[in-house]
Amino acid sequence: MAKYAFFLGCITPFRYPGIERSTREVFKTLGVELVDLEDASCCPAPGVIKSFNKATWLAVAARNLALAEKKGLDIVTICNGCYGSLFDAAHELHKDPKILDDVNKILSEIGLKYSGKTKVRHFAEVLYKEVGVEKIKKAVKKPTGYKTAVFYGCHFLKPSKLKQLDDPEDPKILDELVEAAGAESMSRKGKAMCCGAGGGLRSQFGETAMKFTKANLERMKADGAEMIVDVCPFCHLQFDASQKELGFDLPVLHLSQLFGIAMGMDAEDLGLNAHITPVKL
Amino acid sequence: MIKPVPEFAEELAANGGSSAMLCFQCGTCTLKCPSAKYTSLRTAHIMRASQLGLKDEAIDGDSLWQCTTCYTCVEWCPRNVQVVDVITALRNIAVADGMLHESHRKVAQSLVKFGHTVENNEKIKALRKELRLPENPPTVMNNTAAKADLDKILNLTGFDKLVK
Repeated sequence: MAKYAFFLGCITPFRYPGIERSTREVFKTLGVELVDLEDASCCPAPGVIKSFNKATWLAVAARNLALAEKKGLDIVTICNGCYGSLFDAAHELHKDPKILDDVNKILSEIGLKYSGKTKVRHFAEVLYKEVGVEKIKKAVKKPTGYKTAVFYGCHFLKPSKLKQLDDPEDPKILDELVEAAGAESMSRKGKAMCCGAGGGLRSQFGETAMKFTKANLERMKADGAEMIVDVCPFCHLQFDASQKELGFDLPVLHLSQLFGIAMGMDAEDLGLNAHITPVKL
Repeated sequence: MIKPVPEFAEELAANGGSSAMLCFQCGTCTLKCPSAKYTSLRTAHIMRASQLGLKDEAIDGDSLWQCTTCYTCVEWCPRNVQVVDVITALRNIAVADGMLHESHRKVAQSLVKFGHTVENNEKIKALRKELRLPENPPTVMNNTAAKADLDKILNLTGFDKLVK
């Protein structure tokens, strides 16, 4: 049985715990074991903490990586931000022995070491590449049927030279995953646009972030979408929390929640009462 | 008058932004930048200012902080300039010079205080319980020894003082 260290991040456990519940259920159903990565911290957030002090970002990320390495496991994240942050940190530490050495000097003060063994995976990547669409289809009990606007976000696929997962201009992974759950993934432009929240914009320039979000919502609505499916709790928060003010009402689901529905989870276990834009199933 | 800072190239390189020097000002990054549609951010301008050692031009004002780090520019750059790394380097330099927005300081302080950039609250604790999850997740915020380890890192890198 495949086994991963489960990295929770911040927005999921403290804003949308339904995403956490759904991920645990869905991975269990699909025969992938998630082991809690105890004592992990914020990844830390790439757009803010890395922007303030890169050395801190790298050391804190390395601590998270080292905690997983101690368990002998690769990390699975359920957030593009955590994925981007930890993936990039692992890459930086891998490419330069001097940087790795400096970071390990800091980690040695707390009895940890990162050697580069632990790799960082995005949950949608694990679902697509390790579990596979066919196995997912077999686990689906209640095909969902929604006309869905998939939303890739930024740090899942980009920078594509490093991530090498899919074409960032015309990606397919999420479309295929959503269709495996019995939903219709609408053919549309702008699947990989930015939601506007990242880079510290949501906290400092919220109105600007909303302009990105509005442009995305207008496109989705014009295309006839009934639902947004994302793979990042920060995009999720941005779409969920801004629609009322922007005059939209598209339900927002994290892919783990859509899969939860399709695999027969009880609606109460999806944590939908934490959503600001109502989700009626 | 705008004055170049001769040592700026070194400072930028030390912060991971040396690829700005490869920019030949085609402007593709700005054309593709989603933020440029709505804001004063002009990535090509920031790259040029960086090359010329025009430090204030590169780091002053809101433009630098209007990048969402979406990496569209990096995907399209024909010179392989790591635009987001350059912007990150410039932001690090700006923060070291004391330019940190108050909203960002709060996010940073939350990391120092809780080990997370988002806090738990009573409503979420109740919901977690409903979902058969522990009220607090088994992370650094729920283990004082682990939090002390994180504190040590934030102290060794000087982050606790930087964002105070």
